[in-house]
Amino acid sequence: MTATQTAPVKSGAAGSAVFADSDSRKYRYFEPRGKRATHYEDVTVDVQPDPERYLLQDWIISFPNGRGAYSKDNTAALSSNWHLFRAPDQEWERTHYQRQSKIEAMVQAVIANGRKSGAPLHFDKAWVKVLQNHLGAWKHAEFGLGTSLMQAQRYGYTQMINNATLTNSSYKLRLAQDITLYLAEIGMDIGAFDDEAGKRTWLEDVNWQGTREAVESIMGSEDYLEQYFAINIVFEPLVGELFRSGFLMQVASPNGDFITPPVISAAEADYERNLANAIDLFHLLAHDPEHGAHNKRLFQSWLHKHVALANKASAGLQPIWSQPHSKPVQYSDARAQSVERIGKILGELGLDLPKE
Amino acid sequence: MTSTLTLNKITAQKGISVADAAKKIADLGWNPSYVQEAMTFPTDYKITKAPKDPMKQVLRSYFPMQEEKDNRVYGALDAALRGDMFRNVEPRWVEWMKLFLAIIPFPEISAARSMAMVGRLAPGEDLRTGFTMQMVDEFRHSTIQMNLKKWYMENYIDPAGFDITEEAFGKCYATTIGRQFGEGFITGDAITSANVYLTVVAETAFTNTLFVAMPSEAARNGDYALPTVFLSVQSDESRHVGNGHSMLMSMLKEPENHLLLERDMRYAFWQNHAIVDAAIGTFIEYGTTNRDKNKESYAEMWHRWIFEDYYRTYMLPLEKYGIKIHHDDVQAAWKRITEKHYVHKIAQFFSVGWPVNFWRIEAQTDKDFEWFEHKYPGWYAQFGEYWKWYDKLSHRGQTNMLFNPDTGYVYPHRCWSSMVPCVVREDIVTDTIDGKLHTFAHELDRWTAVEAFASEYQGRPTPAMGRFSGRREWESCYHDWDLADAIQDLGFVRTDGKTLVPQPHLRFEEKEMWTLDDVRGHTIKSPLITLREMSPEQRETHLAAYRAGFTINPCN
Repeated sequence: MTATQTAPVKSGAAGSAVFADSDSRKYRYFEPRGKRATHYEDVTVDVQPDPERYLLQDWIISFPNGRGAYSKDNTAALSSNWHLFRAPDQEWERTHYQRQSKIEAMVQAVIANGRKSGAPLHFDKAWVKVLQNHLGAWKHAEFGLGTSLMQAQRYGYTQMINNATLTNSSYKLRLAQDITLYLAEIGMDIGAFDDEAGKRTWLEDVNWQGTREAVESIMGSEDYLEQYFAINIVFEPLVGELFRSGFLMQVASPNGDFITPPVISAAEADYERNLANAIDLFHLLAHDPEHGAHNKRLFQSWLHKHVALANKASAGLQPIWSQPHSKPVQYSDARAQSVERIGKILGELGLDLPKE
Repeated sequence: MTSTLTLNKITAQKGISVADAAKKIADLGWNPSYVQEAMTFPTDYKITKAPKDPMKQVLRSYFPMQEEKDNRVYGALDAALRGDMFRNVEPRWVEWMKLFLAIIPFPEISAARSMAMVGRLAPGEDLRTGFTMQMVDEFRHSTIQMNLKKWYMENYIDPAGFDITEEAFGKCYATTIGRQFGEGFITGDAITSANVYLTVVAETAFTNTLFVAMPSEAARNGDYALPTVFLSVQSDESRHVGNGHSMLMSMLKEPENHLLLERDMRYAFWQNHAIVDAAIGTFIEYGTTNRDKNKESYAEMWHRWIFEDYYRTYMLPLEKYGIKIHHDDVQAAWKRITEKHYVHKIAQFFSVGWPVNFWRIEAQTDKDFEWFEHKYPGWYAQFGEYWKWYDKLSHRGQTNMLFNPDTGYVYPHRCWSSMVPCVVREDIVTDTIDGKLHTFAHELDRWTAVEAFASEYQGRPTPAMGRFSGRREWESCYHDWDLADAIQDLGFVRTDGKTLVPQPHLRFEEKEMWTLDDVRGHTIKSPLITLREMSPEQRETHLAAYRAGFTINPCN
C-alpha cells in the first residue's frame, strides 16, 4: 500500500495562501439590490432555484399536469423579472426569532403584570363583553389570514417572495395565538367569562359575517399573490387596522383596560413591516416595463373584489363601536382614517380605490 | 423565613395548562361556509381522522426557545473565530462542505413550503401549530445554513466554490442528487411528498446520519461550527418526527390508504438510502482525516441509526396496522452499504468527475487505506489502486482522471430514478418510459420510476402522483461538449477566467492549480444517449460488460 503523501497544509485560515480567488469572499452569483449584498440577501437569494436561475436540468419532478415544483402561472400577475424583489424588512431566521421572541416577552410581561395588579377585575363590565365576544371573534380572522399566508408561501416563484409571505404568516398566527391565550388568562380572573363566546360570535353573529366572508374569500383564493394583496393592501387597512387601531387600541383604556392595547400593538408593528414588503412587491409588478399595464388591470380587479368584501365587513362591525360604556372614538372617524390609509397605499402603487 | 416559604409562592399566578392552551389554540380553525378552500395540492390518500398534536407546544414558548437556541449557535460561531478554528481545521473536510451546504438549504426550504400542503390536507386544527412551527423551523434551517456557508466563505483558506454556491447547486453533476431529494418534498402527491418522503422517512430516519453523525465527524476534523449549527437544527427534528407520525397514524385508519402507504414507504426508504447514504456516506468516510479505528464507520452508524433505530422501532411496528413492510429492501440497502461497497463506489464517482465539481477533492493516502481496510475488509483490493491513480493524476500536466484511459475506470450510467449513478454495476436494469430507454441503479429504482410514479398503481388510479421529468441525466446536457467548454458553461472557473474552481488536490500554490487549458480536448459523452444509439445486440453486450464491472489497472 503506497501512495504519494500530499504536502501538508499548515493552516486552513483565510489569507494563509494567495492564489486565484483566495480573496473571493462574497457570493458572486446574484446582483445585490444596493451597492453591497445585505445579510438577508446572502442567506435568501436563489436558495429556491428555477430554470432561469440555475436549473440546468429544469425541474426534475413534475406534477401530473407536467408543471414543475414552482410555476410562474401560480398567479395571474406577470413579471419580466420575478427575481428582482427583496423584502424591505430584510427578515431571515435570526431577526425573525429575535423579533417574535421580544414580542412574546413583552406581551406576557404586560399580561402577567396586569393580572398581578388585578387589572382585569377593574375592566368595565360592558368592555369585558366586548373582549369576550369581539376580540374573541377577531382572533379567528387573524388565524384565517395566517393560514392563507401559510398556504401562499408554497407558490411564489422566488425565495424572496415566499419567505416574506412565510414571515407574514408567522406573525399572523402568533397574534391569533397571543389573543387566544390572553383572553383565556384574563378569563380566569374575571368571573363568568365565556371563553367560547368568541368563536360563536365569529360563526353566528350577524355583525361578523361580512368579516368572515372577506377572510374566507381570501382563504379560498387559488392565486397566492391575490391572497397576499388582499390581506396587506385591502383587508388590513380597511378592516384590520380599523378594528385593532381604530377600536381596540383607542377604546380599551377609557374602559379601564390597559392590557389589550399593548397586546394588540405588536400586530400594528407587524403590519408596518408586512405592508412595506407588500408595497415593494406590488410596486415592482405595477411598474413592470413589460407587464405593468396588465398587472394594474389585474390589481384593480382584485381591488374591486376585495374592497367590496372589506367594506361590507367594516360596515358590519360598526355596531361594536356603540357597545362599550365609554366611547372615545366614533366608527365614522375610524373608518375615515382607514379609507385615507388605503388611499395612500393605493396612491403609492398607482391604483384607484373603487367607489362604494 | 420558614422552610415552606418560596418566592414562587409569592409571585406565582394561576395560568392555563399546556394541554388547555393547545386545545384552545386548536379551536382557532373552523369550517368555511362562504368560500371553500381549494385543494390545490391533491392527494390520492383519504384522510378523515384529524391528527393529534403530540407536542402541544404553542408559539408563545416556541419563539423564545428558538431565539435562545440561535443565541447559542451564533455565540459559538464567534467563539470559534476567536479560537482560531480555521487555523486547525482540515481543508479536506471543509472542501466537502462546499457540496453539502450547496445542497441542503434547498431541501430545508422545500420542507417549509411543504407544510402548506399537509397543513391544508389535515382535517381539524390540532396539528396546525405543529405545522406552523415546522414551517418556521425549516425557514430557520435554510437561512442558518446559508449563514454558515457564508461564514466558511469568509474565513476558510479557499472560498472558491462557496462563492458560487447556489448557482453551482443548480448545475453540478453531483448536486443533481440533492435536487431530486429537495424536489421530492414538494412535488407530486401531497402526502407522498410532504408526509411520507419528507417527514416519515427523511426526517425520522435519515436526519440522524445527516445531522448527528456528520457533525461528529466535523468535530474530529477541527470544525466546531458545523456541529453547533446542525445539532441545533436536529433539535427541531423531534417535533417534525411527531408531526409526521401523527399524520401517518391518521392515514393508517383508512384501510384504502394501506396500499399507497406500502408503495410510498418503499419508494421513500429506498430513495433516501440511495441519495443520503451516497452523499453523507462519502462526506463522513472520505472527507475526514481522522482514522481512529475505534470510531464507528458509516456502515456501523447506519446499522445503529437506520437499522436498529428506525427499521426496528419505527417501520416494523407499522405491520400491526396492516402495512406491508418490505424487510428485503432494508436488507438490500444494508448489503449495498457493506458487501457491495456502495459508499466507496460513490466516492469514486464523485472524485473521478472532479473537473465538473466545484470543490477540491484530495486523494486518499496510506493512512486512509489502512483504516478503510480495517473497517471494510477487502477495500484495498478494490479501491487502493484507484486512489493511487487519483493521487498520481492530481498534478497538472497529467490527463485528468475523468478521461484517462490508463486507469481502467469505466464511467457509470446514471440512475433515472435517484440520479445517483449505477455504481453497483451488477444491479443495473433498464426499462422504457413513454417509449424511451432508461437506466436504473437497482430493480427498486426501476419500480419507483416506472410503477410508483405513474397514474395507476396496481390497478388503482393514482391521479395525484408525480412524474419524473426534465433533463434527468446530467451527462446528456453536455453530450459532445469539450470538457473545458462545459466547465466554462457551468461557471466553475475562477475570476481570473482560467483557473478551475475544482482541484484534485489540496495544494494551494498557484502553480499547482489546474486551468481550462489543462482539461481541454476531451469530449463528454452521455452514457444514456450512447446506449440508446446502440443496436439491441450491442446494447445487450454493453450491459453484460457493464454488469461484469471493471478492474482498475495497477498504478506504478
